[in-house]
Amino acid sequence: MSELVKLHYDVDGNDFAAAGEASMKIKKELRNLGFPQDIIRRIAIAVYEGEINMVIHADGGTADVSVGLDEIDITLADKGPGIPDVEKAMQKGWSTASEEVRSAGFGAGMGLPNMKKNTDEMEIETEVGVGTTIHMKVYVA
Amino acid sequence: MANVRHSVALTLEKCKGCTHCLQRCPTEAIRIRDGHAQITTTLCIDCGECIRTCGYQAKHAEADPFECIQDYKFKIALPAPALYGQFDHLDDINYVLEGLLKIGFDDIFEVAQAAELVSGYSRRYIMREDVPKPVISSACPVIGRLISIRYPDLVDNVMPLHPPVDMAAKLARIVALKEHPELTDEDIGIFFISPCPAKVSYLKQEAEEDRKLVDGVLSMTDIYKRLVQVMKRGDVPPPRSKTGRVGIRWAGSGGEAKALSKHRHLAASGIENVIKVLDSIDNDTLPDLDFIELNACPGGCVGGVLAVENPFVARSRLLYVERTMPESRNWDFSKKQDSTFIPGDYFLEESLLYDPPEALDPDRRQALLKRMELERIAGELPSLDCGACGAPTCRALAEDIVRGTATIKDCLLLDRVRSNQTKEDET
Repeated sequence: MSELVKLHYDVDGNDFAAAGEASMKIKKELRNLGFPQDIIRRIAIAVYEGEINMVIHADGGTADVSVGLDEIDITLADKGPGIPDVEKAMQKGWSTASEEVRSAGFGAGMGLPNMKKNTDEMEIETEVGVGTTIHMKVYVA
Repeated sequence: MANVRHSVALTLEKCKGCTHCLQRCPTEAIRIRDGHAQITTTLCIDCGECIRTCGYQAKHAEADPFECIQDYKFKIALPAPALYGQFDHLDDINYVLEGLLKIGFDDIFEVAQAAELVSGYSRRYIMREDVPKPVISSACPVIGRLISIRYPDLVDNVMPLHPPVDMAAKLARIVALKEHPELTDEDIGIFFISPCPAKVSYLKQEAEEDRKLVDGVLSMTDIYKRLVQVMKRGDVPPPRSKTGRVGIRWAGSGGEAKALSKHRHLAASGIENVIKVLDSIDNDTLPDLDFIELNACPGGCVGGVLAVENPFVARSRLLYVERTMPESRNWDFSKKQDSTFIPGDYFLEESLLYDPPEALDPDRRQALLKRMELERIAGELPSLDCGACGAPTCRALAEDIVRGTATIKDCLLLDRVRSNQTKEDET
C-alpha cells in the first residue's frame, strides 16, 4: 500500500466568505500529518488563490489534494470561462476581474503568479468556454 | 509539549458521563472514559465551556481558598474590573473597595488602574512600524493558548505586553514596599480576584516558571458572597478608586479596543466567534485591521464562569457606574500620540510559541497510513456524532482508534447500522 492521502473539497461559487475554507481544512490536515510549517503555508496560499479565482471567475469548482510522502499534488478544476491568454494571465497585476470584485479587495492580478511562486511545478490546462484545470506540485524536502 | 497548568476540575461523583461537555468543547479535548469526562491537557485551553454547559455542576474552576490570605502580614486585593458589575444598584465602586478592606485585605490595587496604563502603552505599541498586524490582544489567556496550539502563523501577532493583572501585581508590590518601609517582600501577599479559570491557570503557570506575580488567585464568586455581607448602603465610602472609564471598560468585550479607537479595530467574544475571527486572520480574509480584541467568554470578562451575574446585566451596571467617572486617572488619552516608548517591565519575558498537539504519528509515513486508515474507519461509522462512544464525533472516534486510544467496539451503534445495511441489501 502506498501512502497517499486524498482530500477532496467542493468550492462554492458566488460566496466570497466560503473562499478559503478548503485551504483552511487542508492546513489543518497537513498539521495533523506533521508536515513542516513552510510547506503547509505554501500549499495553503496556492489553494487559497485558486479558490478565490474559482469564486471570482468560474462559479466555483473543486480542489483535490493528494498528500504523499515526498510530494503534495494539488488539482484545482472548474467549468468556468477558461483563460484565453495564459501567458498574459501569468503576468503580475493582470486581471479580468470586474470593478465590483476589485472593490471587494480581490482581483489584484496576483492569483496565478502567487500560485506559481509557492509551488514547485504548475501546469494549466484551459479551454475557452469549457473550463480550467490547474495542477500543482510541492516537493517535500 | 510543556506541562501546562489547568484549573478546570471534575467532581467524579457528580459526573454522569453524559455528552454535554464532550460536544461543547471547542478543541475536542474531552473524552468520556469509564463513565466520566476526561480532559486531554495538551488540548485544553481553559475556556470554561465545559463548566458552563455541565448540567450536573460536576465541573468547576479551581481557585485558592480565601483563608490563604492569612499566610501574609500585608494582604493586597487585585479586583478584576468585572467585579464591579456584580452588585445590584451599585453607583460607586468605592463601596466594593471598602468592602474588600472589611473582609480582611489591607490594601487594594485595582486591575483597572493597570489596564489604563496597558491601554496607553498598547497605543504606542500599535504605532510602531515593524509590528505584525493585526495586533491581537494578550489579555485573555485562552486566546494565547488557542493560538499557540492552532495558529502558528499568528503567534507573532499577539501583543507582547503583559496583561493588566500582571502589571497590577507588579505595581502593587512596588507601591506597598514604598508606602510601608517596615514590610519585607515576604510579608506581602497579592491576591487576584478572578472571573475565570483561565486567569487562575495562567497565573499559576507563571509562578511555576519562576515568574511569580501573585500569591494567590481567588474566585470572584467566593469574594462576592463575602462582600455582600459587609457592603452597607448609606455609609459613604472614602474615595479610594484610582481608575477611570478606560480601565473599567476592560471588563466587557470591546472595552480594550475602545481605548485604541483611533486605530481600526475589531472585538469579538465567545469562543466560537473567536475561532471564526482567528480562522479569518489565518486565511487572510479579514480587511486590514490594526488591533483585534478577543475574549473567550461571551460578553468579555464579565461572562467568566466565576462571575456571579449574567454578563449583559453586569455590562449594564458597569455602564451606569462609569458615567460619573473620569475617562482615565492613569493616562491622558486625549493627548496626541508623541512617543513609541514602552518601559521594559511591560514586555512579556517570553514570546508566545507554537506548541502544536501531537501529529497522528511522529513518523510521516506512519501518519499518512494512519490518516488513510482513519478515512476508512470514518466511512464505516454511522456519522451520527451521538457521543455514546465517548468521543465528540464519529470522526474523532476514528482518529482515537488510529491513535490507539479507542477501538471500533466503542461505537455502540455500529452493529445496528451494519444489520440495517444487511437488511437493506437483502430487500
